[in-house]
Amino acid sequence: MFIKRIRPGNGDISENEVTPKGVYDQRRQIMKLGLGFGITAAVAGCDMMDGTDAEAAQVKGKLAYKPGPFSTHEKKTEYDAVTGYNNFYEFGTDKLDPAKYAASLNTRPWTVKIGGLCGKPQTIGIETLLKNALEERIYRLRCVEGWSMVIPWIGFPLASLIKQAEPNSKAKYVAFQTAEKPKEMRGLRSNVLDWPYVEGLRLDEALNPLAFLAVGLYGDLLPNQNGAPIRLVVPWKYGFKSIKSITDITFTERQPPTSWQRYGANEYGFYSNVNPNVDHPRWSQATERRIGEFRRRDTLMFNGYGDQVAGMYRNMDLKKFF
Amino acid sequence: MVKSNKKGFTLDIAFICLLCLLPLLWLIWRGYNGDLGVNPIETIVRQLGVWGLRLLIVGLAITPVARIFKQPRLIRWRRPIGLFAFAYILLHLTSYIAVDQYFDWAAIWKDIVKRPYITFGMIGFVLLIPLALTSFNAAIKAIGGRVWRNLHKLIYVIVPLGVLHYFLLAKADKTMPLIYGAILMVLLGWRLFEAAKRRR
Repeated sequence: MFIKRIRPGNGDISENEVTPKGVYDQRRQIMKLGLGFGITAAVAGCDMMDGTDAEAAQVKGKLAYKPGPFSTHEKKTEYDAVTGYNNFYEFGTDKLDPAKYAASLNTRPWTVKIGGLCGKPQTIGIETLLKNALEERIYRLRCVEGWSMVIPWIGFPLASLIKQAEPNSKAKYVAFQTAEKPKEMRGLRSNVLDWPYVEGLRLDEALNPLAFLAVGLYGDLLPNQNGAPIRLVVPWKYGFKSIKSITDITFTERQPPTSWQRYGANEYGFYSNVNPNVDHPRWSQATERRIGEFRRRDTLMFNGYGDQVAGMYRNMDLKKFF
Repeated sequence: MVKSNKKGFTLDIAFICLLCLLPLLWLIWRGYNGDLGVNPIETIVRQLGVWGLRLLIVGLAITPVARIFKQPRLIRWRRPIGLFAFAYILLHLTSYIAVDQYFDWAAIWKDIVKRPYITFGMIGFVLLIPLALTSFNAAIKAIGGRVWRNLHKLIYVIVPLGVLHYFLLAKADKTMPLIYGAILMVLLGWRLFEAAKRRR
């Protein structure tokens, strides 16, 4: 499905890098020489495919966006922390691995295939997705491991994409899938999880106004380690639900499997709503460490988004459906 | 006990002590330079714990190495290595209580009784205390060599508890704890093998 490119030893360059002018010119030079096409393609991304030779906005990664709803006024976590401390097992299980190794992921070209129980199945290129009206949502992110961040995401509501595909009346769930590119994702050599990474939401959860598809953070395109080129953000759930580098979105009638549930169904449930009263079997979820802070803070029910989401779980035993 | 011609704080012991101090000095240096990463508290707690475990395992490796390579002098290294292991684990526990949990005794107690990995870690630590307290010549004299030797066999329980503690807390990637476990099995297996040989 993807056009495979031979990319000679360029694993250390990420497309989101702010490119100094000198380096940029150098790259143009390399391109003129007809070498390292892959590097330039990975770096320059879609502006090159558009045939423009200018230092387009995409290269710098600056995005045009408006402030969106539901943003918190809490202090934002430092950019370096947001982009240097990640769980993205496709690039290794250490939280420093994604920042080290995710640059090898080629995010252009990229398509998201939407299918399953819907009226308008479609495959959308990332360039088209980037043309959506973008907004900023400053959300709390609570990792199941007990740490949290505040991240200014740039993107658009998941609901808008879902409505575009017109899910039919049989559709009850939405399944998501991450790219599976063994040559570009060194973490796939390990079988710590079943690849590709999969996640799922109930359709009403996916349509909740909080559910967001991010294409950027801190005003720039998403760095690869944060799930470029497009990722889910569901801030009332533990971080692993917010699946990264999405290639497939499928409407289903049955509850889809999720990677962490497959790993250990007693430890990771389908819902995985942030809940200080339901502990992970191996550690407490009552408190969390906000990255950058010294003292632990209390974890909030639904990560503090109860007003927006509690209604969806009104008659459910959240100890059972954790 | 293995007799050696020189006793006390000899040059090789001083060197071992220095080596054992290096990880701590490195950690302090990183802290001083603000180089403990995005989650410095986690880094400190984990580094102290993992070095404690490593030294415990190194301590267990001394006897087999000394026997196999016929270097009885090495046996004297066990004490500083063991005491440093205890020191790292004490600091590991202290950092968990004072920095990670910030003396939230209710949360700490809950952790100890509810979280198997903390339960096992705590049992291991408590069992280490008598070993550390009897790692002085005067103490050995007071309790007698026989009691001392039997008491210090507790280490065969303590180190597996440490590895189990590490294994259970690892979220999904169990590679490192399994490597530690494999090394531990070899070291304990060698002892069982030797004991069986002696009985024959």
